[in-house]
Amino acid sequence: MSLSLLFYCVGGIAIGSAIFVVLNRNAVYSAISLVLCFFSLAVIYLLLEAYVIAVLEIFIYAGAIMVLFLFVIMLLNLGREDALPNLNYLQRATSLLLVLLFFVGIFLLMIGDQELFPQPTEQFVAGGIYPLGEALFSKYLLPFEVASLLLLVALIGTVYLAKRKV
Amino acid sequence: MIVPLEHVVVLSLIIFSIGVLGVLFRRNAITIFMSIELMLNAVNLALVGFSRYHNSVDGQVFVFLVMTLAAAEVAVGLAIIIALYRNRQTVNIDEINLMKN
Repeated sequence: MSLSLLFYCVGGIAIGSAIFVVLNRNAVYSAISLVLCFFSLAVIYLLLEAYVIAVLEIFIYAGAIMVLFLFVIMLLNLGREDALPNLNYLQRATSLLLVLLFFVGIFLLMIGDQELFPQPTEQFVAGGIYPLGEALFSKYLLPFEVASLLLLVALIGTVYLAKRKV
Repeated sequence: MIVPLEHVVVLSLIIFSIGVLGVLFRRNAITIFMSIELMLNAVNLALVGFSRYHNSVDGQVFVFLVMTLAAAEVAVGLAIIIALYRNRQTVNIDEINLMKN
């Protein structure tokens, strides 16, 4: 089916751009590649019929957050990080081993428990703006208000940090 | 439905692992922040996948809250990085050891 082929292609692009983010030594290229990763994730959300989340992903991540990142990179004039020393091989090998252990552990957990993965239902009703808004303003009203408080705290903290002469 | 849920979760797992590797490998504070964003996005992907296959809106509410958290975290974190840069003229996390001993 062509839609599942699209899923694998876009997933490959997401993985490739994520690797590029991590391996590239130039912070600007990393940021641009991260935008590509966010866009491919938005396409995957569309394929999973989470339309509101896909739009929010582009608005918030690719729009707001990445603009902030690029702004700070250019403000600090961070070019290539050639000056920064590399990790030694022991540190690299240890971190690679730990991540591999984590990956294999979760993978074995997934293979062991098939009940974790239900069969999909044909009719999906929760993708649009209406069910999401209803859940946000009834069942999840308290977390929603706490999230607004969190944004206020972040706003005040940022203003304080930017104003103060450290 | 187009793909099995396992494939969505494996994709999310791969992206999360790449994010962890980025945090462990890089010395640039900004790149480390981008890797944290990658990890948050991997979690979002898993939540959206489970939400779709359980036919429930709850996972998408969690994604909404995670996005709020990510925005707040980036704003405060980048402000801290700018304050540190004004102080130390570096973003190398090995040289930022104010709290050490």
